[in-house]
Amino acid sequence: MNPAEIREQGPQGSFWNDTGKSGIRAWIFSTDHKRIGLLYFYSTVGFFLVGVLLGLLLRIELMAPGRTIMGPESYNAVFTVHGVVMIFLFVLPGIPGAFGNLVMPIQIGARDVAFPRLNLLSWWLYISGAAIILTSLFTGGGPPDTGWTFYVPFSARTGTNVSLAVFGVFIIGFSAILTGLNFITTIHRLRAEGMSWGRLPLFVWSLYATAWVQILATPILAITLVLVMAERALGTGLFDPARGGDPVMYQHLFWIYSHPAVYIMILPAMGIISDIIPVFARKPIFGYKFIAFSSLAIAAAGSLVWGHHMFTSGMSDTAILVFSFLTFVVAIPSAIKVFNWVTTLYKGSISLEAPMLFALSFILLFSIGGLSGLILGAAATNVHVHDTHFVVGHFHYVIFGGTGFAFFAAMHYWLPKFYGRRYAEKPAIVAWALLFTGFNITYFTMQVLGMQGMPRRYYDYLPEFASLNLVATVGSWIMAAGLLIMLVNLFRGIFWGAPFVGNPWGGATLEWSVATPPPTENFEQEPVVTHGPYDFKGTGMP
Amino acid sequence: MTSGTEHHHVSYGKLTAVWLILLALTALTVLITRIDLGGFKVVGALAIACLKSGLVIAFFMHMKYEGRLLRWLLFLALLTLAIFIGLTFFDVLYR
Repeated sequence: MNPAEIREQGPQGSFWNDTGKSGIRAWIFSTDHKRIGLLYFYSTVGFFLVGVLLGLLLRIELMAPGRTIMGPESYNAVFTVHGVVMIFLFVLPGIPGAFGNLVMPIQIGARDVAFPRLNLLSWWLYISGAAIILTSLFTGGGPPDTGWTFYVPFSARTGTNVSLAVFGVFIIGFSAILTGLNFITTIHRLRAEGMSWGRLPLFVWSLYATAWVQILATPILAITLVLVMAERALGTGLFDPARGGDPVMYQHLFWIYSHPAVYIMILPAMGIISDIIPVFARKPIFGYKFIAFSSLAIAAAGSLVWGHHMFTSGMSDTAILVFSFLTFVVAIPSAIKVFNWVTTLYKGSISLEAPMLFALSFILLFSIGGLSGLILGAAATNVHVHDTHFVVGHFHYVIFGGTGFAFFAAMHYWLPKFYGRRYAEKPAIVAWALLFTGFNITYFTMQVLGMQGMPRRYYDYLPEFASLNLVATVGSWIMAAGLLIMLVNLFRGIFWGAPFVGNPWGGATLEWSVATPPPTENFEQEPVVTHGPYDFKGTGMP
Repeated sequence: MTSGTEHHHVSYGKLTAVWLILLALTALTVLITRIDLGGFKVVGALAIACLKSGLVIAFFMHMKYEGRLLRWLLFLALLTLAIFIGLTFFDVLYR
């Protein structure tokens, strides 16, 4: 059955059939948070696939020493566009835009977000920024080749189309600020009766912490990008030592935003995991308050550690000491979360369905990524592995193994709720196994290569790195196979699969108390919340 | 919001006075560049700039007449900025 038929046959009043508009206008001009969530979902997943394709090309180039399928210029452009597309078009807007919009208002018992039109505007800004970035690839001097960090002096001098790409990122920044404002206002003002702060689902807490970072840090990215454009167009000399400027100042400005941005990426993912684990462990979450407040602590402390990206950039030794110390401070709230998830599992009645498998692998992969982050956060070891494949392995463990796997978990956990149909379980588990195996083969090998001294961002390498690079590339194919099976199974399932009704997972958060798919205004009558989000008594838990 | 409904109108006299003070401070900024103050030149210029933006925020942007919530939000944003700039000085001052 396709979505059109679901619209015709779905429950009366479901958000699929209850619109005043028709065709594509019912989507791109809709102010319904669920439709905007799906707009975000399909656009971010689309860009994710573009990023995956570029990543696979990078791995094929590195399969053997020397030129394999592309030369150095193409390689520079491909890793830059892979980074820009993945970070700015998928990971940053992905979870808040797609699942935050889909689920958060229902979870707090609201009919919509506080500013539905602003919500639509933020998607439009996102898609306009994306269009500008895509335009920059095919116009002017060609795709940018600076890396996604746009470091000066190269970004100020290169003849490629950096200015336009940077402008696209600038526009997307506004989209993030609007989403943040909207979510903070919604969570403060639109909670249902009885939905006290102590009863907020942890996914909502994580979105709340994320929203503050989006509002406070994103303007700094905007300023930095304007300065790069000014440097290119007007030759202001702000980052040019010959004219009294300071190139390290660019790195400060860039990372003041971009390190907190890493927490914009990972915090909502942690929220998803905190919501999924108790449901599939059939047990209330352990340490609710600690998990909730550790989100705020990560948001606050994570905003003060940007200097650890610059230990080899010529920063002062005092600053290295301070930023190294602060980096270790962030490990505390992160570890609090990991320990609480593991303790929730203890003596639980664990059910290993697809969302839970992705959630469990999140804990492992995020822990490996987090611990390798401490190797990078310690000044001495950082110098050894700086700008090697160790760094590439580290952030893929955190961002792909963390945020990516949480996104996949959320796809399996929540999408059936909105489509009223579900995927087949067996192929989902096969896909998870392939993804998990391929992931570790690819990125663990990268970390080993980095320890051996293989630098990143080069299309070529010394012959002694050849065999491990081949291993990593084969791992990327296993991962791609898993991804393909997962997406085919998931989309075939939600469009044509078995019906998904009621509360099959046994969740206790509010989204499981409404009809499937949810009605346009979510609740027939305003809900009164009488129990906590992980209080499973009477939820029909299997 | 209850505090937003009562619009406070600042009198033209007061606005003009603030404007004149701003002009005077601008003149002062120009003047101190002509006196040799050494390292205090930057400190002086920044102090005057802070005073000026404070006046603009308080009177032209009505923050003096706003409720406690908005003041706290502004304070939070400025505090964040101050922390970011302060931490950057661990690099700049000790390089």
